[in-house]
Amino acid sequence: MTTPLLQVRDLTVSYLINGTRGRAADGVSFDLHAGERLGIVGESGSGKSTLALALMQLHKPPSHIEAGSALLDGTDLLTLRGEALRRFRWSQVSMIPQGAMNSLNPVMRIGVAMADAIHAHEKGWKPDRIRARIAETLDSVGLDPGVAKLYPHELSGGMKQRVCIALAIILKPKLIIADEPTSALDVVVQRRVIETLKAVQKQIGAALIMIGHDMGLMAQSVDRLAVMYAGRLVENAPIRRFFRTPLHPYSQLLISSLPSPDEVREMKGIPGAQPSLFDLPKGCAFHPRCPAAMPQCRLERPESRLIGTERTVACHLVTKEPAHV
Amino acid sequence: MSEATPLLDLDRVSVSYKSRNFKAPPFLALDGFTLRIAQDRPKIVAIVGESGSGKTTLARVVLGMLAPTQGQMRYAGQALDAMARPDRAAFRREVQAIFQDPFSIFNPFYPVDHLLEMPLRIFRLAKSRAEEQAMIASALQRVGLTPGQVLGRHPHQLSGGQRQRIVVARCLMLRPRLIVADEPVSMIDASLRANVLAQIQALRDELGISIIYITHDIATARQVSDEVFVLHRGKTVESGTAEAVIARPQHEYTRLLVGSVPRPDPDHGWSDLTEPAQG
Amino acid sequence: MTSLGTAPGRRPNPVLSALGHVATNPKLLAGLLLVSSLVAVAAIGPLLVDTDMARPISAPSNRPPSLDYPLGTDGGGRDLLAVMIASTPQTLRLGLIAGLVGTIVGTFLGLVAGFFGGWLDKIISTATDVMLTIPPLAVLLIVAASVRTVSVEMMAFIIAALAWMNPARSIRAQVLSLRERAYVEIARISGMSELRIALFEVLPNLLPLIMASFVAAVSGAILAALGLEALGLGPQDTPTLGMTVYWSLLYGAFGRNMWWWWAPPIVVLAILFVGLFLISVGLDEALNPRLRRQS
Repeated sequence: MTTPLLQVRDLTVSYLINGTRGRAADGVSFDLHAGERLGIVGESGSGKSTLALALMQLHKPPSHIEAGSALLDGTDLLTLRGEALRRFRWSQVSMIPQGAMNSLNPVMRIGVAMADAIHAHEKGWKPDRIRARIAETLDSVGLDPGVAKLYPHELSGGMKQRVCIALAIILKPKLIIADEPTSALDVVVQRRVIETLKAVQKQIGAALIMIGHDMGLMAQSVDRLAVMYAGRLVENAPIRRFFRTPLHPYSQLLISSLPSPDEVREMKGIPGAQPSLFDLPKGCAFHPRCPAAMPQCRLERPESRLIGTERTVACHLVTKEPAHV
Repeated sequence: MSEATPLLDLDRVSVSYKSRNFKAPPFLALDGFTLRIAQDRPKIVAIVGESGSGKTTLARVVLGMLAPTQGQMRYAGQALDAMARPDRAAFRREVQAIFQDPFSIFNPFYPVDHLLEMPLRIFRLAKSRAEEQAMIASALQRVGLTPGQVLGRHPHQLSGGQRQRIVVARCLMLRPRLIVADEPVSMIDASLRANVLAQIQALRDELGISIIYITHDIATARQVSDEVFVLHRGKTVESGTAEAVIARPQHEYTRLLVGSVPRPDPDHGWSDLTEPAQG
Repeated sequence: MTSLGTAPGRRPNPVLSALGHVATNPKLLAGLLLVSSLVAVAAIGPLLVDTDMARPISAPSNRPPSLDYPLGTDGGGRDLLAVMIASTPQTLRLGLIAGLVGTIVGTFLGLVAGFFGGWLDKIISTATDVMLTIPPLAVLLIVAASVRTVSVEMMAFIIAALAWMNPARSIRAQVLSLRERAYVEIARISGMSELRIALFEVLPNLLPLIMASFVAAVSGAILAALGLEALGLGPQDTPTLGMTVYWSLLYGAFGRNMWWWWAPPIVVLAILFVGLFLISVGLDEALNPRLRRQS
């Protein structure tokens, strides 16, 4: 097994409000190899976006990194400061934030925005080289190089999102973090954008962390899936094994609550509501909503355990991987 | 008003907008849309299409916020501008909406109670404050919310699913006859959609309310609706029962929509279909 | 949009939490402190100092500060401490009246123009734009020069007549945005009349902007009054800060090194303007993060 590109260990991001502490990420650990796609799935308020922002130190007060490390090729992303951090951002790790397509500068042509990104990191590039890189990047996301002359409002939603992907890969980073990259797009466009993202990520050999809440989309997009609940990573498994035998009750409920276009079933959501991060239940955070809760679940927080060779689960019910996988 | 008069009668409704450029032809947002909903047989009709297909324009026509440039929209047999004042007021009460964004529907200045109290007071549905509170509490419980947990809170203190359920509770209280639900679950987490959709189905089953369910998500359309209309660039390209249209799509655009739904099965990929030029 | 849930135990009262935000912003507190100390001087001062001494020929003239006259006296024989105590409330009153009238008129017009649109908007907007092009000082000069005696109230109303345009514009712009919000549409669908929507759905969300406009209007009014008075066109009989500056210029206080004459009004005005500025900045900070969290 090669050394992972990204090793996150015990990452904890917390908020302190009015004397109470809420942990948006609580002891999160995972590995990511070069070229691998990891999906982080969870409901709103599970802390997944905060986790993503913290990796690039883009989190804002009152949230702060309480503990943990995130080693990208040996460098700890969480301890970088000042100029080193600035240079790391975008050239080593880039991000497509939530709502990116609506945050494109409306008075800047696409090409100018892309050149801006390059200028911020590569001072010595000649205009020709910049133009070539812009054209190459637009082409790799399936857009006509002429798009560089357009303004954001002249593009459709899907095209804008592909521009955001282009911006994220323009300096060929090692890691791309995409936070809900298709949230406002309809299914047809969504598919196009995800296929584009997968293609360019493969082309530049970068690793991808994709954050979202749609399990169906994750099944089509990533190699490995991690589930977050109330700031804790409760399951992490290769994608096929995950969908064939989801181990954590929450994962099972997430899959079964999806409406399907192929058959009419009784629609069952997940009962109850997510707890406030400031007022988590004792023991396992999921136990009030869990159909299989045991007495132990109310008292003791389950640790993340390695099951088999490639998956981890944080649940008292799971001790070993099912045999038939 | 005879029994045969449909509740809602959209007869070749077209809506066109004038372009900014004098020379360019007007933009046809909706082209010849026809739909009839009977009074005594409540049903859920799904209008499926991507952004720009005309679904939102249709919603606004049905809600009386936009007049058709061609064709007729009739509610309970009458066109809106032909209605006398009491009929107009009845229309306002009997046709309600559930919008897409469960956040901006709440006025941030007030707690969420405001959304529920406001129509009760304006339509004078409660005779006293106590009755008002009782109606609100029972509607909230109907949608699976505990009144103590949501009343008095501000919108940013509740989750998207909770907020949208409050909007459904509002509809329950008003006892409309027709609800236009414009993308009611697209801004809610996928795993929480089932709750809200079950509530919407209950509106039809328990209260006999017809619903026009507008969405781009054909999977949810399959789950809740009786009939489906597929819109593409303002035109109806296919319509029929939900089962027929989605399980055996005839039109290539419908096939594209059905094929583009991501299945939660890594081995069942997106089907190999050609896509339209822009994306 | 994520919701982390509230800190346990408290169900926040919106008014109290707004006050809480207000009370913890340092700039706002500093500004309020400065302005309220001036208000305190204006209120309590006359009880401690004989304001009759602010009238001309009540004291020996041109005396530097001493125990009898802590701020000295001016060329007209006025006790300057009494002048300061008498004139501060006048200036504050003027700012308050002009600011209030200007903001109320501007808010009303901006709300009507922005919300109802159509020909009403066209009329109000055209009037606003035309009035904005008129140089206010020129108008003030003409009015002040043609009236025999000017009182503080008259000055306040003249200035207010020229202070409503900016609030009207900014309120109108905000209303244009707010009226497209979903909560306005749902209010309409709930059968609410347009007037009720304007007053109960839109207006409450304008409060931060109205407050900011008020502070700006007060500052602007005091500055306009100061400009007029420094040219000698203010009230001749009532002592005001600006007139004191005028008299000191007229009597050549600079050249005669009578710092105790021109410095105190300037210091008081500086405190007032800095205080108002801090309030405006602090209000913005205190109220905006809440708005940002909600968006």
